[in-house]
Amino acid sequence: MIVVVAEQRGGKLNRATWETIAAAQQLSSAAAVPIAVLVPGAQATGVAGEIAAADVQEVVTLEHAALEPYTPDGFTAALQPAIAQLNAAYVLLPHTYQTRDFAPKLAARMDRAIVTDVTAIKKAGAEAAFVRPMFQGKLTADVVPQGPGPHFVTFQIGAYRVDQAKKGASAARVRAITVDADASAIREKPEAPFQQAKQAVDLSQAERIVSVGRGIKEQANIAVAEKLAQALGAEIAASRPICDAGWLPMERQVGSSGQTVAPKLYLALGISGAIQHLVGMKGSSTVVAINKDPDAPIFEIADYGIVGDLFEIVPAIIDAVKG
Amino acid sequence: MKIAVCIKQVPTREWQPRLNDDKTWIREADASFEMNEPDAYALEEALRLKEKHGGDVVVCSAGPARVAQVIREALARGADRAIHVEDDGLASADAFVTSAALAGAMKEEQFDLVLTGLQSDDQGFAQVGVILAEKLGLPHATIIMEVQADGRALRVKRELEGGWFQWVAMPLPAVLTIQSGINQLRYATLKGIMAAKKKEIRKAAAPSGGASKQKIVSLYVPEKGKKTQIIGGSPAEAAKELVRKLREEARVIQ
Repeated sequence: MIVVVAEQRGGKLNRATWETIAAAQQLSSAAAVPIAVLVPGAQATGVAGEIAAADVQEVVTLEHAALEPYTPDGFTAALQPAIAQLNAAYVLLPHTYQTRDFAPKLAARMDRAIVTDVTAIKKAGAEAAFVRPMFQGKLTADVVPQGPGPHFVTFQIGAYRVDQAKKGASAARVRAITVDADASAIREKPEAPFQQAKQAVDLSQAERIVSVGRGIKEQANIAVAEKLAQALGAEIAASRPICDAGWLPMERQVGSSGQTVAPKLYLALGISGAIQHLVGMKGSSTVVAINKDPDAPIFEIADYGIVGDLFEIVPAIIDAVKG
Repeated sequence: MKIAVCIKQVPTREWQPRLNDDKTWIREADASFEMNEPDAYALEEALRLKEKHGGDVVVCSAGPARVAQVIREALARGADRAIHVEDDGLASADAFVTSAALAGAMKEEQFDLVLTGLQSDDQGFAQVGVILAEKLGLPHATIIMEVQADGRALRVKRELEGGWFQWVAMPLPAVLTIQSGINQLRYATLKGIMAAKKKEIRKAAAPSGGASKQKIVSLYVPEKGKKTQIIGGSPAEAAKELVRKLREEARVIQ
């Protein structure tokens, strides 16, 4: 069985689960193994009904005291016996922060391989190879998990599209399973999630964005990018290191830990294009990259690129827009 | 508090990748290396906790002889001593092999707190901290943006997606993976660099028989997903052509 572990909170499904189902369907047709979607946590039943529309063999709900609220100890204790019951050959998960928190622990507890941040599946002889970025996206690797199954694989958000997940001719079977797990042994005590501050800037609605990365070199140079943003009628944004350094507020950060944006124009200044940044902006319609490094990964997804010194090119663009 | 910080040495950001002959790993001879950036934040956080609560900061690194460079740098920034699990095979090791190497050398030390970066800038597994916690039998939390440690109690701010956070309490000892940007990094002073020369680096052997759980069958430069139009010419020419294309082809500016 290929087991997809769905992610949901309080009956609300994380859409990345559908992306993982799409990946599972590709793996399933190559390996001729059926798919079960495991939905852990309270209020799993409603979510299960939603997922049952997918072309999968079955949807399995798992409710247990150890699963609420989320903790890595609790998830490891409850999911290990569930995966054993389902006779999993593969366990697929979306590469969310929650997955990153517990999946390596679960794989280590079971002493099984885990391949993370996968973007595609290939055939390598009789085996499946999983494609993943390395070295900040400068290189790509085809990776084959080793040793006995189940093999754990986590999929980069956005690598598969939600609408790639095939729907079934009729609703898949939904059933509940139970496991033995000791909720009293959980060591982590989480408090309720909160938002730091009201997002004063909603970059997701911006039509044009000028975004700066490490190539801007120092805080004083942000003004150069701001002038360009003004000339283009764009919002200013940044990659994580710029916000970490305090050069722009955190609320202007684009990427996996910041905002996800999809403007008509995304102009990346001195941004190399680490995966964590790309996942936040690859939905943009037109991407322009200006970078001194011709091999920067940002050029892989850019529509237009200029290789050169942004401090010469940006003033020239401002002149050209005004002229 | 006795705090361990696990650091990795990775190729520099400016490094241009070149592959080895069988195209399954990089040509290390061509690469220059530096401290993995998220680990530098973990080190800084450990130094700040020590300044607040007292104790020792011990740097732990698993890798070939070359990683001595980042160990020295960490000692120069203020770590008290180091453990180097030295083995050539650790250069390209997976997260299981790396965590087994670290756990073997760290177990007897009975650390109160173990910090590491949330992931490495080379293989980027985002697994070692979590697997290490499991191997040491300790609770953990990942992607941490604030640490409150007080005696036997630990309370940490975990970053969730999309601007959400969560506080999590757990008993010590524990393992935390630290998010970049949790603090502002310090740099080594001349005094620190001199002092580092006298600090102890304990060498440890990697455990034998730890099988790798993943195999890189092929490593390559990513295939281009989109056709990128590279615009050449002088800055003024390129800028003019770009603006023309944005107006007339893409129609995204006026």
